[in-house]
Amino acid sequence: MSRYSWGADEHLFVEVAEEMSLQANFKVMAIATGLRERRPDGLLDVCPANASFQVRFDPDRLAPRALEELVRGVEKEVGDAHGFSLETRVVEVPVLYDDPWTNETLMKFRDRHQEPSLTDLEYAAQINGFGSKEEFIAAHHGAPWFASMVGFVAGLPFLYQMVPRARQLEVPKYVRPRTDTPALTVGHGGCFGCIYSVRGAGGYQMFGITPLEIYEPGRGEVFFKAGDIVRFAPITRAEYDELRSSPRPLRSADVTFSLVDFEADSDAYNARLLEVLG
Amino acid sequence: MIEVIKPGLSTTVQDLGRVGYYDVGIPPSGALDQFSLTAANLLVGNDEGAAGLELAYLGPELRFGERAVVAVAGAELIPRLDGEERPLWEAFEVASGSVLSFAHLRGGARAYLAVAGGIDVPPVLGSRSTYALGSLGGFSGRPLAAGDELPVGPASAAAAPRAVPAELRPAFGNELEIRVVMGLYDHLLTDDTFLTSTWTLTPTADRVGFRYKGPKLGMLEREQPFGAGSDPSNIVDAPYPIGSIQVPGGVEPIILHRDAVSGGGYAMIATVISADMDTVAQSAPGAKTRFVAVDLDGALAARADRNRRLQALRDALA
Repeated sequence: MSRYSWGADEHLFVEVAEEMSLQANFKVMAIATGLRERRPDGLLDVCPANASFQVRFDPDRLAPRALEELVRGVEKEVGDAHGFSLETRVVEVPVLYDDPWTNETLMKFRDRHQEPSLTDLEYAAQINGFGSKEEFIAAHHGAPWFASMVGFVAGLPFLYQMVPRARQLEVPKYVRPRTDTPALTVGHGGCFGCIYSVRGAGGYQMFGITPLEIYEPGRGEVFFKAGDIVRFAPITRAEYDELRSSPRPLRSADVTFSLVDFEADSDAYNARLLEVLG
Repeated sequence: MIEVIKPGLSTTVQDLGRVGYYDVGIPPSGALDQFSLTAANLLVGNDEGAAGLELAYLGPELRFGERAVVAVAGAELIPRLDGEERPLWEAFEVASGSVLSFAHLRGGARAYLAVAGGIDVPPVLGSRSTYALGSLGGFSGRPLAAGDELPVGPASAAAAPRAVPAELRPAFGNELEIRVVMGLYDHLLTDDTFLTSTWTLTPTADRVGFRYKGPKLGMLEREQPFGAGSDPSNIVDAPYPIGSIQVPGGVEPIILHRDAVSGGGYAMIATVISADMDTVAQSAPGAKTRFVAVDLDGALAARADRNRRLQALRDALA
């Protein structure tokens, strides 16, 4: 059963599970969908996260206990969310792995890293038992990722790879966070990948960079939504330069994601999912 | 138009904030001390939601291109009009070409300057508030810089000279009690150091968060859940309530304020009640702070008190 707690008088916090799993995230997504459909007056935001979510509300318009009752009702309806299917989309994100910009940045912060003699990719490959950084990169884009949460800063997707736990890539965050990360860096911390939407501080390991913008501050447009499925597509430096000089929107296609079908055979299901991108 | 001669330490355009985008990482932003911005706006005849300037610690120097009616409320950052002091919590007129500057801070941390008509930068996602981490809203998505020219909207009516009654003006001390609702991940604490200690606000106190110095908190050593980091203060990245208090590594609690990062992997152990967020906003580095636990009903009662105080302000300035 989920754990409910008050974030004082304006937030209801619900932890669905202590540990990360696609199942827990899926339940979060199902409850968030249910709450947004009902959206009572005074409900300000439903913020799904990896294995938890919060609801921001105005207690002058929506009594906290009435809200709690509503959320518990939706949770009961959702159950373990096993049969829930999600209308979402697959997004292709081109990545220049081992790029000059994140390499230049990571060299400036070696004193904050676990293994100052290795690059972030070399370190990640080593601790995950790969023979080379190329093999690690192949595993990184070899299976799609599920956007389990959007946040930290505006429009930053947290990504959880859609593979069994034994194949999850796990890399600790930097020992001390960097004060700089290039915008659009493809990063990794713990079991989560991410794409930094803006330049700034960060503690995730840096593996590459995407040429296409995912956040437009002038209009406040955020590309990613929780529930998006991301396919990383490796590109060359020439392709990177081309996409920087003539940007195009990220390619995406609508899909219905079913957890039951995914669990039956994840690799085969992923391959079918990605077919929609052509 | 208002020309920025000197920007001050960190001067930003803020209104009451934007609602509904925290789920994609865009926090509410808006005035950290909402009561004082509201007071400044009402003093000059604006709607409560008009955009003004938030002046942190050290005020700017501003030249007014046109005659204007202005008011400063909040921290004791005394305005000077062409060098002459003007009162806080009262509307006053500024002649075209006049320069508004500020004396050194005498109490509190953030003052609010409202101009009749409001600062008329374009709204982004329904608000003119600056969210600097995301370069969004306000004036070019950032704190003001020398040479910026701020547009002012049309004033609704000639503002009558008004003042906020003394009993409605908050007092700013250097010893504070901040009320919190314990919860979230407080079950990971192994002692009550958090509530029994006196904490000192560090200079790391900005729109994102307020960091405090004090003793180390005991945190439960456990086998970490899959996906959480290796430190006992780590959790699987979760959403952060506005006002929530996290304790990375068990040291130096951080209160997230209205430009909060929306989530992350540090256990939150309590949340500041909504009625005390203005008080947090007005704490200056060095402030001695104790956290006092209340329950949800206590938080709601404090909120009702604050709502009554806001209503009294509206009635006094109607």
